[in-house]
Amino acid sequence: MSVTVKSLPREEYLLPGNASCPGCPSALGLRLLGKALGKNVILVVPASCTSIIQGPYPKTAVKFPLINVIFASSAATASGIAAALEILGKSDIHVVCWSGDGGTVDIGLQALSGAAERGDNILYICYDNEAYMNTGIQRSGSTPYGAWTTTTVLGKRRHKKNLPMIMMAHNIPYVATASIGYPLDFIRKIKKAVKYKGLKYIHLLAPCPVGWRFPPSKTVEVGRLAVLTGMWPLYEIEKGKFRLTGISRTLLDKSKRRPIIEYIKVQGRFSHLTEEDIRVLEEYVDSLWEDIKKMLS
Amino acid sequence: MRQKVVLTGNYAVAYAVKLCRPQVIAAYPITPQTSIVEKIAEFVERGELKARYIRVESEHSAMAAVIGASAVGARVFTATSSQGLLYMHEAVWSAAGARLPIVMAVVTRAIFPPWSIWTDHSDLLAQRDTGWLIAMAENNQEVFDMIIQAYRIAEDERVLLPIMVGLDAFSLSHTAAPVNLLSQEDVDEFLPPRKAFSFLLDVENPISMGNVAFPDYYMEFRYLVQKAMERAKRVIQEIEEEFYKISGRKYGGLVEKYKCSDADVILILMGAWSGDAKESIDILREEGFRVGMLRIRFMRPFPEEEIREVCIGKKAVIVVDRDVSFGKAGVLFTEVTSSLQQTNVTIRGYIAGLGGRDVTPRDFNAMIRRVYNDLEAGDKKSKVEWYGVKEEVM
Repeated sequence: MSVTVKSLPREEYLLPGNASCPGCPSALGLRLLGKALGKNVILVVPASCTSIIQGPYPKTAVKFPLINVIFASSAATASGIAAALEILGKSDIHVVCWSGDGGTVDIGLQALSGAAERGDNILYICYDNEAYMNTGIQRSGSTPYGAWTTTTVLGKRRHKKNLPMIMMAHNIPYVATASIGYPLDFIRKIKKAVKYKGLKYIHLLAPCPVGWRFPPSKTVEVGRLAVLTGMWPLYEIEKGKFRLTGISRTLLDKSKRRPIIEYIKVQGRFSHLTEEDIRVLEEYVDSLWEDIKKMLS
Repeated sequence: MRQKVVLTGNYAVAYAVKLCRPQVIAAYPITPQTSIVEKIAEFVERGELKARYIRVESEHSAMAAVIGASAVGARVFTATSSQGLLYMHEAVWSAAGARLPIVMAVVTRAIFPPWSIWTDHSDLLAQRDTGWLIAMAENNQEVFDMIIQAYRIAEDERVLLPIMVGLDAFSLSHTAAPVNLLSQEDVDEFLPPRKAFSFLLDVENPISMGNVAFPDYYMEFRYLVQKAMERAKRVIQEIEEEFYKISGRKYGGLVEKYKCSDADVILILMGAWSGDAKESIDILREEGFRVGMLRIRFMRPFPEEEIREVCIGKKAVIVVDRDVSFGKAGVLFTEVTSSLQQTNVTIRGYIAGLGGRDVTPRDFNAMIRRVYNDLEAGDKKSKVEWYGVKEEVM
């Protein structure tokens, strides 16, 4: 499926003047979601930065019908919406969860796992900014090793939870990773995902200038470095078949990957890392790619 | 076809729900609610009820799923009990705040620890402040009738609030009793399909539901729930009159009055044991005690006017709670007391029957006689007692 910038609709579904921070990856992601799917979307948003980005009552910056829901409930609410749409004969509408990493890998995981196991017809997108950003940068299950947060002031001592692989284990039709640094890859994956019935899961890496401590002009650049250094491989798993996508296809060979220090040094949250910490992260990246090799063979 | 059949309370719920044609059901099993959701699952699987049944992984998700379905315009149902109700408590608030006409059956059951599967009203009453209408049935027939009326009340444009219908664990849920059913035609006429209204999730008319409201606006949303709750009092009466036309049955709206008019002492309580209390009242009346009963059918909206109308001028009011708000009194006692403020009615509270302990007509006799004895001895003090606590096992 080829997607080019020129082929994208001009219509915007996240209006300018919204309440996002400068350089916000979630706001950018929501724009891209609109470009990918058009107007036939019902959006489910749990407590997260997107609760704020849409703007306060009585206004809204989102042109999709949107329901804000309690933190742990986005997938279950979406299950109910999808079931209702089906029985009301409105099956052409996409039900999309737009949840942060806290709402996905931590508090929302039970509901997500249930919806995936049931095969409810939902597109679930986790925009992963790797901490509880809306409450002010607290560690989540998705925060990477070594990262500073306000609840891991000396750096987190555990690796990030690998949620795409957990979702793969649910035997759902489509799982993919994406990075805000590669918008066309993300759009292509959204379009592909919605061709399947059942729960589709896309995990979007969403570098947050505020929480990761980099200038707001560098969101896309950091999103690209995550991929180019191999920290965040781009792939999709279609009906159980794993394949790398985009630039990640060329990165199986470790020598083609940029040193992870290039990704680390642009982010203040990693500024305290020791050489030992960096080695731990390098080993983590190597093991990610070893797992990928196994899945490819 | 109108049939009279023998049904457990749980099956009375299931048959009533089926007649109401909900389109989405989401539920998670918990004792003693299970046979409700099993029966409905069977109706759906057999094609007798055209609905989607979501077998969710928790009660929190059950409520979330019916919120989602209701927000796009579907008629929905769920049921739970005890821990399940507490686990979904956050979502219970969410449903009312979103003004979604969800109907839920609550089989009232005691709360852990220690484990108890028997009846107790603490689970239902812990939802008191959520913005839901809260009803409580006395018998299986009323369970059936309340569920059907619940959809009309909740979906009424003057109300648009969710409603829970309570029935006691085992004494109703698993006890079979004769129930007069209604025909599908009768119910279809009484309860037309849910009307669309402007606050639904619709791609042709997109709105954001529940986004941040600054202090400039938040309070008005809450005020509107209060106003809807106040309007519901009248709506409940009206709908019961309409229901009477198709069923020949009515109970009295927010309360049922039993032998109140000539009574000097009024017993106030709710739920299945009201039947035992009526028996006790009949016996005591034969002995010359002029006692009557005000049965609470709706805990929310609370029947304050009805309580004042019946109780002011009486010698005493006895409130029997199957629940307790630790550090204060029974929830019902507190509510009745606040309704009777600035009156000089003696109000006596009993906390009894927690965790399903049997309370028989003999026990009600004892409770009522004790109040009469106290009055005779000149003790008009309002107070609360725990009835039947066994000192020897503590």
